[in-house]
Amino acid sequence: MSNEEDYLQEYTLRSWLLTTDHKRVGLLYMASITLFFFVGGAAATVMRLELMTPKGDVLGSPDAYNRLFTMHGVIMIFFFLVPSIPAVLGNFLLPLMIGARDLAFPKLNLLSWYVYMTGGLIGIWILLFGGVDTGWTFYTPFSTMFSNTMVVTAALAVFITGFSSILTGLNFIVTVHTMRAPGMTWFRLPLFVWSHYATSLVMVLGTPVLAITVMLVALERLFHIGIFDPKLGGDPILFQHLFWFYSHPAVYIMVLPGMAVISEIVPCFSRRPIFGYRFIAGSSMAIAIFGFLVWGHHMFVSGQSMYAGMVFSIISFLVAIPSAIKVFNWTTTMYKGAVWLDTPMLYALGFIGLFTIGGLTGLMLASLGVDVHVHDTYFVVAHFHYIMVGGAVMAYLGGIHFWWPKMTGRMYPEIWGKLSALIVFVGFNLTFFPQFILGYLGMPRRYYEYSPEFQVLNVMSTAGASILAVGYVMPLVYLLLSLRQPAYAGPNPWGATGLEWQTDSPPPVHNFHDMPVVTAEPYDYSPEAFQEEHDHAVSHASR
Amino acid sequence: MWNFPLFPDQASTNAARVDALFLFELGVILFFTLAVCLAIFVLVVRFRRGRIVDRSGPPLEARWLEVTWIVIPLILSMIMFAWSADVYFRLYQAPPDAAEISVVGKQWMWYLQHPEGRSEINQLHVPVGRPIKLKMTSQDVIHSFYVPAFRIKQDVLPGRYTTLWFEPSKVGTYHLFCTEYCGTSHSEMIGTVTVMEPAEYDGWLAAGGAGPSQADEGERLFVQHHCAGCHRGSQVVNAPRLEGVYGKPVPIQDGKEVRFVTADDRYIRDSILMPRQEVVAGYQPVMPSFQGQISEPDLLKIIAYIKSLAAKETGTVR
Ligand code: HEM
Ligand SMILES: [Cu+2]
Repeated sequence: MSNEEDYLQEYTLRSWLLTTDHKRVGLLYMASITLFFFVGGAAATVMRLELMTPKGDVLGSPDAYNRLFTMHGVIMIFFFLVPSIPAVLGNFLLPLMIGARDLAFPKLNLLSWYVYMTGGLIGIWILLFGGVDTGWTFYTPFSTMFSNTMVVTAALAVFITGFSSILTGLNFIVTVHTMRAPGMTWFRLPLFVWSHYATSLVMVLGTPVLAITVMLVALERLFHIGIFDPKLGGDPILFQHLFWFYSHPAVYIMVLPGMAVISEIVPCFSRRPIFGYRFIAGSSMAIAIFGFLVWGHHMFVSGQSMYAGMVFSIISFLVAIPSAIKVFNWTTTMYKGAVWLDTPMLYALGFIGLFTIGGLTGLMLASLGVDVHVHDTYFVVAHFHYIMVGGAVMAYLGGIHFWWPKMTGRMYPEIWGKLSALIVFVGFNLTFFPQFILGYLGMPRRYYEYSPEFQVLNVMSTAGASILAVGYVMPLVYLLLSLRQPAYAGPNPWGATGLEWQTDSPPPVHNFHDMPVVTAEPYDYSPEAFQEEHDHAVSHASR
Repeated sequence: MWNFPLFPDQASTNAARVDALFLFELGVILFFTLAVCLAIFVLVVRFRRGRIVDRSGPPLEARWLEVTWIVIPLILSMIMFAWSADVYFRLYQAPPDAAEISVVGKQWMWYLQHPEGRSEINQLHVPVGRPIKLKMTSQDVIHSFYVPAFRIKQDVLPGRYTTLWFEPSKVGTYHLFCTEYCGTSHSEMIGTVTVMEPAEYDGWLAAGGAGPSQADEGERLFVQHHCAGCHRGSQVVNAPRLEGVYGKPVPIQDGKEVRFVTADDRYIRDSILMPRQEVVAGYQPVMPSFQGQISEPDLLKIIAYIKSLAAKETGTVR
């Protein structure tokens, strides 16, 4: 284990900004999306403070609130959730997991980060110099003819950022097809890779539609060309079709990678092969494909035809099935295992619980008659936070903890990790569960003032948000502090299978000293094996 | 402080239907959530690391199990689908005898007009037990008409009519919200729906003064905007008469072909605003557009007037 060639060795700024190493690009992404997460989180905190009382007395102006929730949404979706797991963990791990030296197009990979940062900085610029008040959904004709804010600039930011998604997706697809190590057949791919493959297909096929849509919004705004504005002969519903044609599959861009992480953590911390490997792999592909056919379930009350509503409803019910398969399979994986509740596993179990609630309430939204009542209320806000925050963010944090020793060579203090997982779980439920009730009671979303009888539940939600905020700041602190220790984690502190664990931590520049050859199925765990290496590594961290 | 609601009022016939389905789904959801949580809990405890249990031969795949948990959710979700589609269809198919109230949304208020003529802003008065149909449009952006106690909601679009109906079942005052984000004062675009006893409602209508009905106002506008000059009496130009047109198929010259279009609200609205779009067979495209000259509420009045002519004999070509 020669330390000279570990990928973190060079320290200059230049060496980071010009790197083409997928591992370093992953870390560049990690630093930037962390920044965006906390900016978006700060916006959420202020919003929750505003909503503590029924009157708008914190921000003092409805416009300020409208800009805040727009930026919260735009930042969280486009600059945090969409890139989070694929661009950070995917970039870092995909080549390691399939036994490759790098991604297929390393320079394109670096370019994707620059493209992302360009979009992101425009986003921050908007935030500082005026804001946008359309909501992240940019519905027309409000966004094209009525809003007086920086809509065109926001469209530009989203347009540009989309390209980084497309580049990452392309890179992953080509890499998985062409760079697998000898013996790494399709059915020996880790499920993480399967999920990222499915995600990449969605990115490559869906994102261009978003780019076209926001471009049309900008053109309509600048030149009044009459695509969406009824006064000019356009159709406002057309925008919704175009927008959701990307943005519904985008939900799967956010959650499939989360499932990818869970599919790695659960077998490792249960010490047994994952249950139903092929069903899980297949369900990722099914979700990616069916995900393109259900966009109209956002439009049951939009004025689209009732028959279209029926078709979208039935297909939406069908997409729920592959997600259910995954939940049942993950759970069954623990049967006859040797379960071990370290931090990543706590996050993963949290994911399963919250994702189950988020997914099942999705059935209510797919139900035509019920959706009419809860559409655009806090019920929907609760539902999508359960999926995106309870699901994707939990998985992201779980993944960061799981692979932190691999990325940095350091263990984090286990006790703090467990505490953070617990605080996040409790804070999360306190924040978002009351919103289901608020929504069924009829509190509409995007409201800066509300009727006084909704207050108690809103206060609960705000209290939860402050607990949640603590839970999110904790990992930032102890993970960064862990960097001050020497790199003692060892190549495989969890005793995990998977090629990424067969090389040093942190890995050498070219990933492997000798090119691996794959001879076994993935998740070749046995419940009996004891994890001395793990205990050793953990004890180092808590010294 | 602790007296806050956990379940909304049930004030329309639709509310009971939606709630029944909702509670069924809630049951299913609770069952599966608890089942998953319980399974996790039991497995974690029973098979936690270091505990001596039988771990031999863990199953890697079980076709019958996978099939079971594909088929059961499938059946349950198809039940939910069929049930919910039924609720949805009832929500959008108004009974023919429903009283029709016009709704115009604009940043940031609701304008409502009763057929008898009385109009109100951000308030709607309706009699209990009688079906009401709303005909809605927007003057600017998309809004959405939402009465939680009735479990109804429908987007209100510029340039188009959408409809919604309900039958209030409980006297009282309920929230009316806008649920499609529509700009600065979106959260202030609210109002109330007051459900009254029928007798009280008639009194309320009368208290507005025996003003002209919506159709009568429409007739006044029909004359004022010089529609009458061409469309009735001693016609200046050869234009189709409008008696009996509403709801009937109208022949439209489409290039060389003639096709039939139903003369509904959309058709009449488009004929006023974009008269060259659909020209009745046998007539010249000479009608001017009234785009920008007639307000949304006035358009609704003119349509109400033309609708009131539906029963009269038609003078159109055939
Ligand atoms: C600390 C945790 C968070 C809190 C307290 C929070 C709170 C809120 C609130 C109050 C709203 C406005 C709801 C409305 O008025 O419609 C909102 C909207 C939203 N949130 Fe969060 N949020 C949090 C985290 C997140 C995260 C992590 C994401 C994504 C990763 C996210 C995505 C969104 C989106 C997409 C919207 C919709 C914005 C829109 O309506 O345009 N939130 N959130
Ligand atoms: Cu509105």
